[in-house]
Amino acid sequence: MSNREKTDAAVRPDRPLAELWHMFFANKAAVLGLVLWLLVITTAVFGLTIHPGDPFAMVGAPMTPPGEEFLLGTDYLGRDVLTGIIHGASVTLAIGFSATVCTAIIGVTIGVLAGYYGRWVDNLLMRVTEFFQVLPPMLFVMVLISLFTPSIYLIVLAIAVVSWTGMARLARAEFLKIKEMEYVKAERAMGARNASIMAKVILPNALPPLIVAIALNVGTAILFEAALSFLGLGDPNAFSWGYMIGSSREYIWDSWWTITFPGFAIFLTVLGVSLVGDGLNDALNPKLREL
Amino acid sequence: MKTFLVGLNRTIYSLVLLLAVIVLNFILVHIAPGDAVTAMIGDMGGATPELVAKLRADYGLDQSLFTQLHTHIWKMMRGDFGLSFTHRVPVRDLILDHLPATILLVTTAFFLALITGTILGIIAAQKPKSLVSHVVTVLSLSGFAAPIFWTGLMLLIVFAYLLPLFPASGMKTPGFQGTGLEAIVDVLKHLVLPAITLASVYIAVYSRLARASMLDVLGSDYIRTARSKGLSRRVVVYKHALKNGILPVVTMAGLQFSQLIAGAVVVETVFSWPGIGQLAFNAILRRDHPLLLGILFFSTLMVVVANLITDSSYRILDPRIR
Repeated sequence: MSNREKTDAAVRPDRPLAELWHMFFANKAAVLGLVLWLLVITTAVFGLTIHPGDPFAMVGAPMTPPGEEFLLGTDYLGRDVLTGIIHGASVTLAIGFSATVCTAIIGVTIGVLAGYYGRWVDNLLMRVTEFFQVLPPMLFVMVLISLFTPSIYLIVLAIAVVSWTGMARLARAEFLKIKEMEYVKAERAMGARNASIMAKVILPNALPPLIVAIALNVGTAILFEAALSFLGLGDPNAFSWGYMIGSSREYIWDSWWTITFPGFAIFLTVLGVSLVGDGLNDALNPKLREL
Repeated sequence: MKTFLVGLNRTIYSLVLLLAVIVLNFILVHIAPGDAVTAMIGDMGGATPELVAKLRADYGLDQSLFTQLHTHIWKMMRGDFGLSFTHRVPVRDLILDHLPATILLVTTAFFLALITGTILGIIAAQKPKSLVSHVVTVLSLSGFAAPIFWTGLMLLIVFAYLLPLFPASGMKTPGFQGTGLEAIVDVLKHLVLPAITLASVYIAVYSRLARASMLDVLGSDYIRTARSKGLSRRVVVYKHALKNGILPVVTMAGLQFSQLIAGAVVVETVFSWPGIGQLAFNAILRRDHPLLLGILFFSTLMVVVANLITDSSYRILDPRIR
């Protein structure tokens, strides 16, 4: 593929998808990220069919090192680490995705309103955004969890409440830029309603950077959930990777495998997210490459 | 004069932000189920309705919400954050006891990340296709992807267990009697692993940012002019390019300070570092709301102060906004 075609993909909206695919798949790192992702999704969907088991069940001698009997060993309660990791994949994906959806809804709504309406709406919403930016996220979530009953919904919502500010700033910046474009002014002159201009005219054009931010946010949300579960503040019924590490923490000197493997699973998943996000960024926003 | 006015403006704005935190604290406590008295009665194992009414009156909970908010704001402004449920001492004293440890950890990690990240970014930007540049990219990707508590635990396994170079927990060796320099060295030894752990994430972020911004700056006209004047590469990179290349890093560092403090909470629990993060962790386990809310306020205060400092250092670095 020649360079000329590459630049064309960025400016020509008529056949973007095929070009996008091409650019994305030409990027080795992005493909690696995608492979990591498929691996995690496959594990979450089919893992239990291949390797069935209850992650909470005691299946062997406590702290059996990795080997023939248990591929990744057992923890201090004799629970199979491999079963735990397979279970953790679905918990991690579920929380990562739902928290990101909530984050995107809050962030994009606030950013869009601020950027489109400007003036006092913008002023007010941006002060609110700045306020949320000075609150240390982990401490704020700890306060929320301690004041209300911890559940998976509270955790998802709490992650969203502390993560939306970046998305809001990005959406605002895009809307501020695009609303001055001629085609938007033309729509307005033709009497289109604000809601329709925002949703049908500006939003599609603001999507590329937002998609990248949303993709990368999945990684942040996964890390956040992992840290919460590690601290023992997660949903006690969800067998997540962070919980596995947190619960085995005191046995770190006797069984390194109960901490190393689940952590490595988080690492690979988030790495996959970053690589895919970067790949999308290169493909969707060629001008912003390297940023 | 203008600088002074801008500074004054920023300070007033910061105070408003802090006031907002106080109000948020108040709102959260009021929408949460139960109140201070319910919690106390729970601890006592029940009480007569008369006692409940008396306690509510003692704590001012029978007054209107507006009056309560008013008292709440005045109390916090005078530094009265109430009593910790579990420790039975003023929240303020507990936090002030633990704050220095957190400030030490956070500032060490911050400067470690800022300096290492910038240096790595500059090295990578000078030869974008070289091995060093790729190593920096891989490092920054892994630094971001590894959960911070896991990085800490892995460092513990390697540097406190397999190669016992550093102590595994705390800030001082128990029973250590040394004074002066010895005591400082003892604390520093304890500081190494937590500081590296906390810095790892931000080394990743800053090196990536510094690399991108230096690449951008090194390609600009004034750098070409400087080179064509015959200045050495070193002078061009470190005297001309660095000043502009570092600006985005400083901006980002300032914006992320709240996340740095949040990261410290996790790191402190991994290494039993006696700061406000560990205090917060224990407060949450015992549902000690006044303590937790006090910590939220103090940590936000730290962020606001750090933002003011970043803001002024930005003014020094960039004459355009002076």
